[in-house]
Amino acid sequence: MNTLDRTVPRVSAWRGHLQELRCELLRMLREPMYVIPTLLFPALFYAMFGLLMGGRDGGGAAQYLLATYGVFGTLGASLFGFGVTVAIDRERGLLALRRALPAPPSSWITARLVKAMLFSLVVSLELALLASVFGGVSLAPSQWAALWTINVLGAIPFAAMGLLLGVYCSANAAPAVVNILFLPMAFLSGLWLPLSMLPELFARIAPVWPAYHHAQLALRVVGEDGGGSPWLHLGTLALVGVVCASIALRRLARVG
Amino acid sequence: MSDVNANDDTVLARLDGVRRRRGAVQALDGVDLELPAGRVTALLGVNGAGKTTAIEVLLGLQPPDGGQAMLFGLPPTTPAAKARVGAMLQQTQLPERLAVGELLALVRSWYAAPRSVADCVALAGLDGLLGRRYGRLSGGQQRRVQFALALCGRPRLLFLDEPTTGLDIDARQQVWRAIRALVADGAGVLLTTHYLEEAEALADRVVVLDAGRVRATGSVDDVRARVAQRHVACDSALPEREIAGWPGVLHVARDGRRLSIVAADADGLVRRLLQADAALSNLEVRRAGLAEAFTRMTRDDDTREAA
Repeated sequence: MNTLDRTVPRVSAWRGHLQELRCELLRMLREPMYVIPTLLFPALFYAMFGLLMGGRDGGGAAQYLLATYGVFGTLGASLFGFGVTVAIDRERGLLALRRALPAPPSSWITARLVKAMLFSLVVSLELALLASVFGGVSLAPSQWAALWTINVLGAIPFAAMGLLLGVYCSANAAPAVVNILFLPMAFLSGLWLPLSMLPELFARIAPVWPAYHHAQLALRVVGEDGGGSPWLHLGTLALVGVVCASIALRRLARVG
Repeated sequence: MSDVNANDDTVLARLDGVRRRRGAVQALDGVDLELPAGRVTALLGVNGAGKTTAIEVLLGLQPPDGGQAMLFGLPPTTPAAKARVGAMLQQTQLPERLAVGELLALVRSWYAAPRSVADCVALAGLDGLLGRRYGRLSGGQQRRVQFALALCGRPRLLFLDEPTTGLDIDARQQVWRAIRALVADGAGVLLTTHYLEEAEALADRVVVLDAGRVRATGSVDDVRARVAQRHVACDSALPEREIAGWPGVLHVARDGRRLSIVAADADGLVRRLLQADAALSNLEVRRAGLAEAFTRMTRDDDTREAA
């Protein structure tokens, strides 16, 4: 392509990305304070609110909350998986070392994204098991597939939000800041309880939260959405992702 | 690699009149620096002299405000330049939960033709550590892991920011041996250090950086000769003020009966001391080590600034 490319010794981009993913997964799996809340809380909350408390109204809650707790799990895996670890790596000079050395410029992002997607998928499968065995939820295979796909791809915009937080927060502040965003957004987007059970004001302002739009896409699969255009929800999520990622990457390039 | 052969005169990286401001401080104020292949260049300076900023500009971590930084004839952020660089930065904390072998595998994957794991282990002295978690290693062991990561890609140019901080004598000797081996293979090394005997033991060239400016460049002997001082100590009742007035005397201090004198010419001073005080005893004359030469340079500068 140009003169520089000829002088770069060929490095397998695959090898770099796979090593990065391996390290990222090992790091997280050895961090119980990340793994347990991320992988178990959505299923636990779903069992409580969707199955034990909501089971009495004939399975509607089990089906609704199956969709929203999948979104909740994705949200947690992405926001924490990016926000906290990026803040730590930045503060500890790891990103600077990567930039000093010939590390692939994006592999640390793709590895974290794949990790968030894997965690999102695991949560989705846990919920599916609970819902079908204990909640009496029965979906067509295409519905299951659609739900899981929406969850896994939904990791992308929330990963971008997490990246933005990780780029601005110190390592100490990051977990608190992520929680300040994560918990209210989850609640006010109707992920824990259906919006219809919240005060009407909350239901009316819910569309300001990106998680609301993700939840609407998931709820549409089980026929419980609010009836908005899926393209609007998709567009909002895409916009949030692009804006957050570009602000974050610009700051990383400028300040490190 | 035909474009960069192991010729000792090959300049691998350079700063030309680089200026860089960090906050209120002019961290680099027109710095020129050349890093030749097959040589160890030691960058000396007190904290805040601009050593780390110089390394970061050379590695493309900070852009120069003025002047130019070149790495293998390319801008330092170019991938082709990075591919030949290894670095051990000062403030790096690697992920605690990864094992040494996992970290090594990760960084090796960034290079086209990395050193074998066995070579890395041997060079950096990591025997028996590959399976251990990084966070469970001692400070010195962690430093050695960082050293291994710096050299694992067979870099043509190695940046080592205070590589032996926190290492015991044996481990430091090991790192020194490794650096000598890499340099013998034609690699260039830029080293910053607080241990001046490290620069004396390793460096072919010394660059003294002070308040963002290069104060001296040359071999260890050159730099020492630049401040061709002798330290003379003796027990004597001679008044300091009288000695301070003698030609060539730079500094006089007294501790009880003990006089410490820094002078440009020891022979003349000693002759005159013995003439002036027949009772003088315990005479001692030393040549300044690099440490003293270097602190004196910095102190002279402080005096000049204060004046």
